[in-house]
Amino acid sequence: MSYRNDPYDPKQAALLSPDSLGEAVSAAQQAFGAASDLDALGALKPAHLGDRSPISLARREIGSLPPAAKSDAGKRVNEARQAVQGAFDARFAELELERADRVLVEERVDVTLPWDRRPRGARHPLTTLQEHMGDLFAGMGYDVVEGPELELEWANFDALNIGPDNPVRGSMDTFYVDLPGLVMRTHTSPGQVRTMLTRQPPIYVVCPGRVYRSDELDATHSPVFHQIEGLVVDEGITMAHLRGTLDHFAKAMFGPDARTRWRPHYFPFTEPSAEFDVWFAQHRDGPRWVEWGGCGMVNPRVLVACGIDPDRYSGFAFGMGVDRTLMFRNGVGDMRDLVEGDTRFTVNFGMEV
Amino acid sequence: MKTSLSWLRDYVELPSALSVDELDDALTNLGMEVESIVDQGATVQGELVVGKVLTIEELTGFKKPIRFCTVDVGKGAPQEIVCGARNFAVDDLVVVILPGGELPGGFKIGARKTYGRNSNGMICSAAELGLSGDHSGIIVLPAGSATPGVDARPAVGLDDVVVDVEITPDRGYEMSLRGLARELSYAFDAAYTDPAEIDAPSGTTDVPFVVSVEDTVGCDRFTARVVRGIDPSAPSPDWMQRRLVAAGIRTISLPVDITNYLMLELGQPMHVFDLNRIAGSLVVRRSRPGEKLTTLDGVARVLDAEDMVICDDTGPISLAAVMGGETSEWQADTVDVLLEAAHWDPVMVGRTARRHKLFSEAAKRWERGVDPSLTLAALERAVQILTTHAGGTVDERVLDIDHRVHPGPILLDPALPGQRIGIPYPASAVVESLTRIGCTVTGTEPLEVTPPAWRPDLVAPIDLVEEVARLGGYNNIPSVLPPARGGSGITAAQRRRRSVGRALAENGYIEVWTYPFVAPGLADALGYPEDDQRRSAVRLTNPLSEEEPLLRTSLLAPLLGTLKRNLSRGRRDLALYEIGTVFLPGRSDTPPPAMGVDRRPNDADWATANLFVPAQPWHLAVVLTGDIAPSGWWGPGRAAIWADALEAARITLSAAGIADSRVTVAAASHAPWHPGRCASIAVDGQILGYAGELHPAVVSALDLPKRTCAMELDLTAIPAAPVVQGIRITSFPPALIDVALELDRSVPAAEVEAALAEGAGELLESVALFDVYESDQLGEGKRSLAYKLTFRAPDRTLTSEEALAARDAAVAAAAARFGATLRGA
Repeated sequence: MSYRNDPYDPKQAALLSPDSLGEAVSAAQQAFGAASDLDALGALKPAHLGDRSPISLARREIGSLPPAAKSDAGKRVNEARQAVQGAFDARFAELELERADRVLVEERVDVTLPWDRRPRGARHPLTTLQEHMGDLFAGMGYDVVEGPELELEWANFDALNIGPDNPVRGSMDTFYVDLPGLVMRTHTSPGQVRTMLTRQPPIYVVCPGRVYRSDELDATHSPVFHQIEGLVVDEGITMAHLRGTLDHFAKAMFGPDARTRWRPHYFPFTEPSAEFDVWFAQHRDGPRWVEWGGCGMVNPRVLVACGIDPDRYSGFAFGMGVDRTLMFRNGVGDMRDLVEGDTRFTVNFGMEV
Repeated sequence: MKTSLSWLRDYVELPSALSVDELDDALTNLGMEVESIVDQGATVQGELVVGKVLTIEELTGFKKPIRFCTVDVGKGAPQEIVCGARNFAVDDLVVVILPGGELPGGFKIGARKTYGRNSNGMICSAAELGLSGDHSGIIVLPAGSATPGVDARPAVGLDDVVVDVEITPDRGYEMSLRGLARELSYAFDAAYTDPAEIDAPSGTTDVPFVVSVEDTVGCDRFTARVVRGIDPSAPSPDWMQRRLVAAGIRTISLPVDITNYLMLELGQPMHVFDLNRIAGSLVVRRSRPGEKLTTLDGVARVLDAEDMVICDDTGPISLAAVMGGETSEWQADTVDVLLEAAHWDPVMVGRTARRHKLFSEAAKRWERGVDPSLTLAALERAVQILTTHAGGTVDERVLDIDHRVHPGPILLDPALPGQRIGIPYPASAVVESLTRIGCTVTGTEPLEVTPPAWRPDLVAPIDLVEEVARLGGYNNIPSVLPPARGGSGITAAQRRRRSVGRALAENGYIEVWTYPFVAPGLADALGYPEDDQRRSAVRLTNPLSEEEPLLRTSLLAPLLGTLKRNLSRGRRDLALYEIGTVFLPGRSDTPPPAMGVDRRPNDADWATANLFVPAQPWHLAVVLTGDIAPSGWWGPGRAAIWADALEAARITLSAAGIADSRVTVAAASHAPWHPGRCASIAVDGQILGYAGELHPAVVSALDLPKRTCAMELDLTAIPAAPVVQGIRITSFPPALIDVALELDRSVPAAEVEAALAEGAGELLESVALFDVYESDQLGEGKRSLAYKLTFRAPDRTLTSEEALAARDAAVAAAAARFGATLRGA
């Protein structure tokens, strides 16, 4: 530090002149401005902001100035340094933004490339439709119950007032097995019987499930198909309640335009009995009435066979084909598609119906 | 039940302008299923006109005599027509269909050259127009009845409407014009005339023929009359033939046609015997075992002790109510007839018809119920029509053996209809409805209601409620939701099936469902051992296919069939699942006790009966073949292997709410799986199913793709999901330590993991196998398993000493149990 006491070194002090500093600043500004990327900018930094840069060297000279000049020169150097640093920062920010943009461009991919590495599965529409129906009734306060598919003949026929001479008990309609007193249930109605035998009114249940009739498979028949059965037994239940329930269900299934139309019919297990159609506005062949199911007031004989007092309680029951509903609701033209298990059929429905 | 509208109009004054839709609605709302309503005017298309025969030229030299005619059809020039019939002469009025027309059955008429002449149209017979079975000649209209060239349809009755309705099994009375017309009178509030309300002579003490009824349960009424000296060649009148043909009944002969006509008109089936072919007197009784009868259809039948028969001295001559026999039947030369109208037990007739598979028009009516008060009116109508058209002398005597039991009145609370229908009906309205359908109503509270004789279906108060509702119109019943009751929605088991199904589908499995019918040979193909429970299957006694009579005891057999169907349709990579029931007999050998329907079965009987019902648990099965992860531009795919089938089981159990810690997977040997690639899956130690690769022999026997994998679980046996308890989540950092263990290849990885977990103690958060390494360098039969152990304490940051101590304890447990050594240690 010999020069510290040196009174004056005009060469060194020249660095502190406003012109010199101004030159250094504009040189830096120019250089930074010309830097084309962050690397180039980084490479320029030592020359203009490093220890050997003109401004750093100028700062060193401040000590050699007479005390009176020190403050003024220090101020000048600081301003110059701030200007250079500012120019650097501005250019750095600029280039950084440019680089970010460039990276985004460079990283562009073809988002239309397929990525089906994990093929999606699907649930069978008969499953999802049965669940949907069950849920709608659950929303009305019903329980969803089940019964065995290989069923007691008594529960499938006798208790439902289907006497031993009724032709539907013949082997043309009903599957029998090598065990006495059992049949493949021909409808979900034995679910009613089991419910009434195991609980007391008020009873509000639906029973969805698989049923069997000895029909050959064709476009509209299958020996195995699905039904959903409803049963209500309570005090003061009327046909008006049955109608209200079916209308409500129809609307929930098919929209606000839906309603039911009844035709008197005969079923041994209900009296009065009706078949009902539903107004289906979304039918693919245009709005129309579609045959949907059967219903009626539970025959007092059925109540008696199940141990329910027919003088105190009345009830209604109804049933409809789930496969049939799926066919008209979802425009399925051939029963065989429901049965054959072709994955294309199921996949088309995905997880909902 | 098929009939013409004009016939119905004989008994009910229907509106003159009645559209097909109005008629359809009326019948439907009365409870009949309308099969068809056909306007006959449209069954013959094109120009069907009256023609007048101008000239006839007999053509010779052909196999049969042929006529070349000119016919005035109201056009300028006479129409030239070749005709094979001979029953007409010049100036006769005939029915001509002109070229461009079409006869029933799609028979198109054109102008053509035939027998060397031009023929422009055709002169029609009644059969060709679909009017009757009469092929014997062309129709000749009465002279002067029409002008040539006018539409011939009205002249031949082709302006009618034919109605075909299906009758429900409880309403036999609707299987007659009498009943249908009565029903329509309600719908249109129209005047009705009962064709049975005629003056008919009653039974006489002196009988025209000796008959004894031995079984008055099977036959509670037997009436008969005799007519002698009829003209056997007298044909049935045209109007009768037309009505029969419209009803779809073949015309045969006047006496037979009369019985068929009256069966349609009144609903009373009848029978005509040739009086001179009956040997001795008639006896009505049950058949004796082994008796035989050749019925009219030429079939020799062995009779059942329950069948009712009509016998003469030679034995049975008629299978009562169902079909007559050959020996006593009317013949072409019959001049003396015995007309029989009886009333038979509907249950007996139904059984006899089914037993002998004879579902005649008569049997259909008997089974549904015939009015027992009709017989004498029916006989009188028959005698009148027969003598009008075939002459003869009526025997004044009338046989009437009457053992009818008249049921008492039904007691009806007049409030009941309102209570059940949901519309308050005043008692007067109830009485009015019931009176309208023919009931006699007396009393007030309760009403004493005696149904009419034609309504044997009305036996209980609720039957009367139905009639009140029906006459009021079902569609006038208001729509009211019942008061809501608290329900519990779907059951835990149902929720489980949904969760499992959804989880599998989300993992790429596709749901299918199959018929539960399987072939007996599959038990062998699937390699079931001789004593395997799955070999004992319930057998259908009337299967659709004799090849598949068994009910499945496993879902796999039918599911593999579906797999193959998909393969045959060009699919290659398949992951299928089915959730369904299997049928497992053998819970009890005690068959269901007889249970009545007049009261609830007692608990013991109900329990015994239910125990006999085979167990029907819900199973889940998956089958896999081809790639489970497809190849693509990203690289190669991955074939499904045994581990994927096992993973399906884990997905299932997880979806069913079973924690991994309760699941045990162990090597197993179980058909139909590959013995080295099969795992049992247990929850809380109880095996619920198996998963893995199928046995190569099974793959070969069923012609499946190699390495097909499968899994089957008993969903019903999975324990109920517990209420899941929350765990404490801490923010202290974990300590991660990897360990590689060398040990015998035969030690299952699952057991090593369990030992590590047990040894590590409470600080262990998780253990994950990240490498399996096998090399000769490790030594014969050895392998290395590398695990990542994660340790964490809930209340502090673990020191490295604590973590290492826990790791050492874990390794020590594995070492103690399996002789595992720490690699690199």
